[in-house]
Amino acid sequence: MLEWILGGIVLIVVLAVIVMYNSFISLRTRMENAFAQIDVQTKRRYDLVPNLVESVKGYMKHEKGVLESVTKARAAIITGAPVKDRLKAENVLTGALKSLFAVAESYPNLRASENFMMLQEELSGIETKIAFARQFYTDAIMKWNQKVQMFPSSLIANFFKFGPKEQLEATAEERKAVKVKF
Amino acid sequence: MPQEYYDAIAANRRGTFFLFTAFLILIILLGFFVGVYIGSPEIGMILTFLFGFVWTLVSWFAGDKIIMRMSGARKVEKKEFPYLFNITEGLAIAAGVPMPELYVIDDPSPNAFATGRDPQHGKLAVTTGLLKMMNRQELEGVVAHEMSHIRNRDIRTMLLAAVLVGIVSMIGNIFMRMSFRSRDRKGGNALVMIIAILFIIISPLIAQMIKFAVSRKREYLADASAVELTRNPDGMLGALKKLAADHTPLQRADGATAHLYIEDPIDKERGFFRSLNNLFSTHPPIEDRIKKLAEYGAIG
Repeated sequence: MLEWILGGIVLIVVLAVIVMYNSFISLRTRMENAFAQIDVQTKRRYDLVPNLVESVKGYMKHEKGVLESVTKARAAIITGAPVKDRLKAENVLTGALKSLFAVAESYPNLRASENFMMLQEELSGIETKIAFARQFYTDAIMKWNQKVQMFPSSLIANFFKFGPKEQLEATAEERKAVKVKF
Repeated sequence: MPQEYYDAIAANRRGTFFLFTAFLILIILLGFFVGVYIGSPEIGMILTFLFGFVWTLVSWFAGDKIIMRMSGARKVEKKEFPYLFNITEGLAIAAGVPMPELYVIDDPSPNAFATGRDPQHGKLAVTTGLLKMMNRQELEGVVAHEMSHIRNRDIRTMLLAAVLVGIVSMIGNIFMRMSFRSRDRKGGNALVMIIAILFIIISPLIAQMIKFAVSRKREYLADASAVELTRNPDGMLGALKKLAADHTPLQRADGATAHLYIEDPIDKERGFFRSLNNLFSTHPPIEDRIKKLAEYGAIG
């Protein structure tokens, strides 16, 4: 009888360990996926920016400063570097693009151009995708850290050496209102 | 809030099991009746069981495509609807599910639905009316609502529900026709009549069951999840308000697929059917959804 009870307890404990371990692993995959998305989307944006500058150039002759800031922000991005190291530069590009689209509002000919409209749609799509990927990543890290600290999953985390993860840097640039110089 | 969708997934597992059991019982019962009619209950039960087995296999693997065809939806490419694609790609990232296939229904009535057997085979359809009527954040709200149906595995339960309604109405139809034909000949077969009548009685009960399985809570939860995904209550609220204000009925909607849509696609103003529709409505009144969502937005 005692063997049965002990056996049952051991079985339950083993199952609980497996379930908790798996939930850690699935969370980690989700984090990695979201992070890879940030990487993919920022790269797509990097490739699109020259097209945008090219299509806008003719219309915005008097807005050299805005165009230059976009080109500069793009040039400051080191391609191939890990996302974490690029994030600051990527955020600068986000801001520069925002000002460019804000300025473009006052050029009706440009706004009517189909090419420009497509590019604007693509780029704003990419911006939301980056934002959503960040959101997903942040949520996943929060859940991960909660699991690492909370009992009983903290025991598993200790055993398998799952440490708390760092959140992405708060994007002060993103929250700041974009100043548009005319 | 984020925890709630795990509960939703668990509830859907139970719902799927429940629907499947109901389906099995129905098929065996039916086999028995058909068997009595042809003189051998065993053969009847084997026949309908095989029929049900094939039907289940087909609907499991092709049900989503059949539903898309029934609804007059065509698969679209990014080139044609870049706007819709960008929004959906973004929300797929936000929900952490693979990008669903996109379909468009050429219909002025604003509506949308999602289907598929799991998130890996998710399919999402919107009407051209919806694309025309909603602005970007409202469309984001609608797509996020559907995306959370995909994430919560509502699509699987709803697909099975559609299959069940489909088979019941089909068998009901066959027996109705048989009984009418045998009435034309003199001395119609009483048994066929009884079975036909039985099915007419059972069908609403099945519909009732589906109503329970595809409970109204699901819609409220999807509305709330849409806000959670977009971090923007205005989009979903604005979309619901526009849907409430619009009364254009969807051309290709029917009872089997009505519960899939974000808003009841069957015209509620058709006098005679009005009370019937309310009785078996799979959708909570849209005004209630707006109220609930506004409360949720105020708290969260």
